[in-house]
Amino acid sequence: MINKDSKLVENIFEMEALEQASTRDGFGKGVVEAGKEDERVVVLCADLAESTRSHWFKEEFPSRYIEMGVAEQNLATVASGLANYGKIPFITSYAAFSPGRNNEQIRTTISLSNLPVKICGMHAGVSVGPDGATHQQLEDIALMRVQPNMTVIYPCDVEEARKATVAAAKTDTPIYLRFARSNTPMFTTKDTPFEIGKAELVWKDKDPQATIIACGPLLYKALVAAEELSKEGIRLLVLNNHTIKPMDSSAVLRCARESGAVVTVEEHQVHGGMGSRVAEVLAQEYPVPIEFIGVHDQFGQSGTPEELIEHYGMGVSSIKDAVKKVIGRKIA
Amino acid sequence: MSNIDEAKVCELEAKANEIRQTLIRMLTEAGSGHTAGPLGMADIFTAFYFHILNHKPEDPMWGDRDRLILSNGHIVPIRYAAMAHAGYFSIEEAMTLRKFGSRMQGHPELDRIPGIETTSGPLGSGLGQAAGVAYGARMDGKKFRVYCLMSDAEHQAGNLWESAMFAGVNKLSNITGVIDRNNIQINGMTEDVMPLEPLREKYEAFGWHVIDVDGHNIEAFCDAVEESKAIYEKPTLIIAHTIPGKGIEGIEFDYTWHGKSPKEGEADKFLKELRTLGGKITCNDHD
Repeated sequence: MINKDSKLVENIFEMEALEQASTRDGFGKGVVEAGKEDERVVVLCADLAESTRSHWFKEEFPSRYIEMGVAEQNLATVASGLANYGKIPFITSYAAFSPGRNNEQIRTTISLSNLPVKICGMHAGVSVGPDGATHQQLEDIALMRVQPNMTVIYPCDVEEARKATVAAAKTDTPIYLRFARSNTPMFTTKDTPFEIGKAELVWKDKDPQATIIACGPLLYKALVAAEELSKEGIRLLVLNNHTIKPMDSSAVLRCARESGAVVTVEEHQVHGGMGSRVAEVLAQEYPVPIEFIGVHDQFGQSGTPEELIEHYGMGVSSIKDAVKKVIGRKIA
Repeated sequence: MSNIDEAKVCELEAKANEIRQTLIRMLTEAGSGHTAGPLGMADIFTAFYFHILNHKPEDPMWGDRDRLILSNGHIVPIRYAAMAHAGYFSIEEAMTLRKFGSRMQGHPELDRIPGIETTSGPLGSGLGQAAGVAYGARMDGKKFRVYCLMSDAEHQAGNLWESAMFAGVNKLSNITGVIDRNNIQINGMTEDVMPLEPLREKYEAFGWHVIDVDGHNIEAFCDAVEESKAIYEKPTLIIAHTIPGKGIEGIEFDYTWHGKSPKEGEADKFLKELRTLGGKITCNDHD
């Protein structure tokens, strides 16, 4: 059942009634909020003001909005200079280009320099839809989580995206924030706890048989899967693992010890993603069977977000199958 | 009329020679590193640390200091040598260049040495960082200048032109860029490997004020920097024409010296050559 402490919306499984919004909207609201709280906050945009929602910041703080044009490498280096001087820059583009194109500039001038640039990768995952594989960034978590000093956060809905953005402005470290284009259910509330580096248990059954560890908007599908499986008598934990680096290893280990099996869920390549990190943690301290929901070493293609999520095996039925499979793999 | 008197120029020329000698000792001790580029930039680094920069070596993170950003990080040994002579750290520490546990990394790192300003090595990224510092400083009405030293060959990298375009369109007149135009790169002469000319016209087309200068004429270089401070409507680029390896005949203009350091025996010969150089690199008529 839903963990009451997570303060999710009451009618979480009335899908039709739930408000829908994209996590990029949460960024847009959050960065305006952060800008009001701290005048050092500046936003840099690489010719994608509206689709990254950075135009909301531009309307509020025109003199603190910096237009970069289609120049993602310079987006990273100018932000490094601004942070070096004393600003808190948020850099916005599609994840396919930032950190897709400017990985070296991020590595040298942001991560190695350890400067507080907040890299906001929009339109991540296959759910960008009809644009096709070139724009469906599926490797960004892998790219960013291997860089020392870098924090990686992937919010699950518009409200968590807002909180993550506000929280990111308050750290003096480099952070990668991953956002999605399509509208997805808003199922957390203002009161849902959010702290960078702290995973939240959102579903909690007694004597759980497995744990679903999810991040990003697919967390909602993980909860729907848990709800449907509960009707079949399957008991689960569901962990909102929004911070991929530094991962909340103690929460992951606690769930593994309690349930004995794990399914990871992310809209990203399974190679090098959140699930890989979970496997690294568990392999070292408490190995249990793991199934990985995500894209398996393929590029995407055009389609609607829902078609693509289903096609690449990240829908509710795939999650349910993975849970049953992983429970079957447990040594009695 | 020059902004710098003759006695000061003589003093700087002598200082540049001392710094060259420290550099040769550092590179020989390190057993690897770049020689030609650092020697060619010795006069300019001396001019910066002993005349141009508004800085406090004893308070390297002083907020209003001028920022000297080195884009082509591989020539950092000459910066370390100049900073040691200026009092940022000891010459003994500079001699630990490229050694395990040393702050004197093979390529400079922001977090290790106060006053080093940026991390660099991968080419083409210095001007963007300089532009970010300059943009932020202008937002806050700060008066300090941002100097960005670049190599010529790194202008083959596309990201640098993104930054040149950004600085030009935003009229970042608090930036003075300096190109070490020494014409060499690892694979040969720049104009054979991937031609850069016409550099002046390219920068002018990007909205910059451009000055060509002899990079070994300290007086002319300091005057060019003064001129750049008087340009309010655009950033300034100084194309400093330098001789790679300047000061040691066997290294001058030899691109094979781009990425290697002197051996023990060679070093003694080079040091002797520098000690007897006297006022050969000069714009003044020394008697």
